[in-house]
Amino acid sequence: MQIHDKPHEHSHSYGAYILVWLALMALTAITVAVAGMDIGRFTVATALIIASFKAYLVLTVFMHLRSETKTFVVFVIVALLFLGISFLLLFSDYSFH
Amino acid sequence: MSSTEHTAGTHVHRDDVGSRMGMWLFLFTELILFGGMFLLYSVYRFQYADEFHLAAKELNTIMGAFNTAVLLTSSLTMVLAIIAIQRDQKALSILLQLITIFLALFFLVNKYFEWTAKFHYGIYPGGEELLAKSSGEILFFGLYYVMTGLHGIHVIIGMFLIAVMTRQTRTGTINKDSYVRLENAGLYWHLVDIIWIFLFPLFYLIT
Amino acid sequence: MTANDAAIKTNGHEPSYLEYKGKHTGILGWILSTDHKRIGILYLISLSIFFLVGVAFGFLMRLELISPGRTIMDAQTYNSFFTLHGVIMIFLFVIPGIPAVFGNFFLPILIGAKDVAFPRINLMSWYLYLIGGLLAVVAILLPGGPTDTGWTFYVPYSIRTNTNVMIALFAAFILGFSSILTGLNFVTTVHRLRAPGMTWFKMPLSIWSLYATAWVQVLATPIIGITLLLVAVERWFGVGVFDPALGGDPVLYQHLFWIYSHPAVYIMILPAMGVVSEIIPVFARRTIFGYKFIAFSSIAIALFGSLVWAHHMFTVGMSDTGQFIFSLLTMLVAIPSAIKVFNWVATLYKGSIDLSTPLLFVLAFIFLFTIGGLTGVMQGVLSIDIQIHDTSFIVAHFHYVMFGGTGFGFFAAMHYWFPKMFGRMYNRKLAKTYFWLMFVGFNFLYFPMFIMGWLGMPRRYYDYLPEFHSYHLISTIGSWILVAGVLLMVYNMYHSVRKGKIVTEKNIWGGETLEWQIETPPIHENFYDIPVIETDPYQYKMNDEKFEKEVVS
Repeated sequence: MQIHDKPHEHSHSYGAYILVWLALMALTAITVAVAGMDIGRFTVATALIIASFKAYLVLTVFMHLRSETKTFVVFVIVALLFLGISFLLLFSDYSFH
Repeated sequence: MSSTEHTAGTHVHRDDVGSRMGMWLFLFTELILFGGMFLLYSVYRFQYADEFHLAAKELNTIMGAFNTAVLLTSSLTMVLAIIAIQRDQKALSILLQLITIFLALFFLVNKYFEWTAKFHYGIYPGGEELLAKSSGEILFFGLYYVMTGLHGIHVIIGMFLIAVMTRQTRTGTINKDSYVRLENAGLYWHLVDIIWIFLFPLFYLIT
Repeated sequence: MTANDAAIKTNGHEPSYLEYKGKHTGILGWILSTDHKRIGILYLISLSIFFLVGVAFGFLMRLELISPGRTIMDAQTYNSFFTLHGVIMIFLFVIPGIPAVFGNFFLPILIGAKDVAFPRINLMSWYLYLIGGLLAVVAILLPGGPTDTGWTFYVPYSIRTNTNVMIALFAAFILGFSSILTGLNFVTTVHRLRAPGMTWFKMPLSIWSLYATAWVQVLATPIIGITLLLVAVERWFGVGVFDPALGGDPVLYQHLFWIYSHPAVYIMILPAMGVVSEIIPVFARRTIFGYKFIAFSSIAIALFGSLVWAHHMFTVGMSDTGQFIFSLLTMLVAIPSAIKVFNWVATLYKGSIDLSTPLLFVLAFIFLFTIGGLTGVMQGVLSIDIQIHDTSFIVAHFHYVMFGGTGFGFFAAMHYWFPKMFGRMYNRKLAKTYFWLMFVGFNFLYFPMFIMGWLGMPRRYYDYLPEFHSYHLISTIGSWILVAGVLLMVYNMYHSVRKGKIVTEKNIWGGETLEWQIETPPIHENFYDIPVIETDPYQYKMNDEKFEKEVVS
């Protein structure tokens, strides 16, 4: 349907973005600190989890994914699923060598 | 990305949501372009875990973390530039865009120093020092140069893109009622940032 | 200018898109046009030329294989011929094919829009297509010689060979970009530009197909982009990612290559299936059976098609677990395709069948695609594939689906939409003649390959054992019959565009979808007023007198 949208509004003030930025910086610092600790196999997993959360913040706040329609969210999930499934199936070969 | 326009005589149909939708779809292609390399990285890392660990020690964690902070800050200034133009604060928006470009340049300069330091020690594809190392280490650095290199190319593209946006903000083509181009440039820039968010731990923090 | 010519020029009160004068006129008005219809025609012209070049390579390959030993060329030449045949046919004909020509021309019309979401990017897609195609041709001519790696560019040979691999890689990369932009354009168009009242389930089925295809184009193509880029980087800098001498894994290349190239075959077949879903209701005068099943099958095919890629790699030494998983998933992907075939046949059942050329090509599609699809399921069985991998059985399989499927689907679309696109009719008797030539020739060309492959004839082999001679002989003769049909078809199309009988009626076939309610040929913006949609597509009734079909002899 040829859709006529409401004017695209951002309800954020400058402050909200700066707060998120601070969070991102803090998470970066945490990631570096964790890497210095010796927790064996979990180092990578932790780093990736933190990185994913940082990416989530950038996606939802900086890229305004949370003020777009649900369609955009579905799109992102589909794209990530494609990558995720490729990864899983690829390892169905490599983890059993 | 342009909005739908027709030749004179018909009404100009502007669709900002559609414009952003197209941009997001394009971003997916970039995500998957790098995703393919992340797939490669994950397989080789799985196969050469210890050698990757060893090779990662050669990279300067502080430099990497600093560059991460630089890029995250440039993401902030970019989104603030959009808020500024929404509030009709043209001069502020232009300033923020210029700061974004400057931070990007700073990132690239750091990268340049990192790379040339490695080159100096013969650690580059085909370099003597690298070829003397184990397969896993050669692969690590092969992936390092290709992935950060391709990322760097995207930083350069992003800089040019934002520079164009800055000019258009100055001339008023981008203004408080029409700024979807700036949003789209911002989306591109944020993706460049997200890719680095993953590159950083995978290359610098697996020590 | 005769009265007939005037009729084409000014239907109603606006000129057709062929005569429209915008910012540019003459040839510039075409190559700088952002009108989706003109861009579709530009694609049609360039595509047809590349198709014929691909046919020529195939024809010469078959000539070489008519008898064992050297016939007309040496082994190195043969290797470059099968590479070029594959690259040209796959990247320049089958993948762009239906979306670039008929998707561009009709997608906006079928959803009641004036154009696609991004008309200028649409034009850029065509330029990228042209540049990629020309680069592929240049790769043939430059010193170094044409690429001889096969269209699959497997490492390590593609890293080592001294033929013009870099240019070919670059060409494929650019063509991938063209495909991505088309996909991105179509997804956005379907989401944003549907006419009022056209909900998702009131869309024609070809739109569902094109939509699913567009998603695969957007998501899968970048993988081949990065893979080919890495081969280029490997050749330039020796980074090691794919070079076994430096620790790289050639099988990993194959994984990455097929993560795109398998979904690519669904990019190829889905639009053709969409065409079939459009044509059958019209020529059976029955509403489509199982609309929602067909719509969801299109999505399912795109989805499952992304899960099966390693069935191209069963003999390279993957883990058993990996092989079992991919074999199982391969079985699953056949299901939605089969659902479509059942629904099409059910639509034909008790229909009022009109055996015009479009339907003939569609019936051939169903027959040929079923053979191709069933042999694909056979290949998914691990124990069978071990025997027939890299034999001409595989070659027969993919020609049945890609050519018998997509190719014949393309020809069906051509013969269905020709009158609407050009305001002229082709010679219908001639069309039926070459249809039969093509159908018979096709089967003589490719069926023997199933048998020889089963008996051990390898693919991509320049020479062969005497026991395969009679099969090759039949196959080559089949190629002559097929090519004769193809040439007659090209002649008919070309001649009729310029001198065919004028058609001005809007609805020559009695179709229900929107393109049959607008002018023939369409005006620049397709519709005088954007329609409001209230009914489902394909609302046919038996013995319908509402649609009078002109008998155009």
